Amino acid sequence: MKPVFEYTQGMRDKETHYCPGCSHGVAHRLIMEVLVERGELGKAIGVSPVGCSITAHQYLNVDMIESPHGRAPAVAAGIKRVHPKAQVFTYQGDGDLASIGGNEILHSAERGEKICTFFINNAIYGMTGGQMAPTTLIGQKATTCPYGRDLDNYGLPMKMAEIVSCMDLAVYVERVALNTPANIRKAKQAINRAFEVQKLGLGYAFVEILSACPTNWGLQPAKAMEWVTRNMIPYFPLGQLCCPEEVK
Amino acid sequence: MAKGIIKLRQDICKACELCVSVCPKGVLGLDPVAFNKKSYHPVTVINPDECIACANCAIICPDGVINVYKED
Repeated sequence: MKPVFEYTQGMRDKETHYCPGCSHGVAHRLIMEVLVERGELGKAIGVSPVGCSITAHQYLNVDMIESPHGRAPAVAAGIKRVHPKAQVFTYQGDGDLASIGGNEILHSAERGEKICTFFINNAIYGMTGGQMAPTTLIGQKATTCPYGRDLDNYGLPMKMAEIVSCMDLAVYVERVALNTPANIRKAKQAINRAFEVQKLGLGYAFVEILSACPTNWGLQPAKAMEWVTRNMIPYFPLGQLCCPEEVK
Repeated sequence: MAKGIIKLRQDICKACELCVSVCPKGVLGLDPVAFNKKSYHPVTVINPDECIACANCAIICPDGVINVYKED
């Protein structure tokens, strides 16, 4: 019997607290699969955010540190300077990265910190109960915009990958999605490229991962994946925004 | 075509049905009777002979319930 897919050893043998159908479990697994396949599990240090994934350190089988809300890139920058050979990554949601941590992420990108950031964009605040996030789409309902986000009051959703890609030292920026098995395979390749960029010391690597939040969107998990395809991907187009020659 | 074998850890399944939605052969379905310790009807293999070992189900599963093997 030949294994085709076995759950990675990079994840601890512990069930997650995430809701049914939440994409965090897939994102966690992909990062750990990449580290295991690269043989860098023991060299990796992660920084977990505030949000649903605040307990990521309980599930990822690497050294991790918890950061104040939004400050994960600043903490990761410090770790990288003390441990230059470690693979340092931050794992952040949209409330953490795009809202309260908007400052830190831009300055980390501007300084070209040699770290990776994995940005989980599910267009809503998950842990606090479904409030509007900076990435909430126009017309999307949330508890703080029950009639749907409207342009006049709240403006347009932030395209963080595009914003970060404006920084010259953010050398690798890509947006991927976790809505279909094909896109999940591509997401894994993007995560691998981000770690390769860091290993080669080329600069800052940023991967935006479009995810589903079935509970707060009020959709069944399979419908939530369709919602990502139908509504999120047209506004947040997938693909590489910048990529150095060395990892293409 | 190679025949696949699916092994499930039903005790941690949250019955999100994402695996059911992506299976091209209708191999998986929720168990209509049994409950797991989390009080969900866990996923179960309803058409084992149809599996082609594409592993789509395992790739989209957020909870690591599914492992896929191929017959030698």
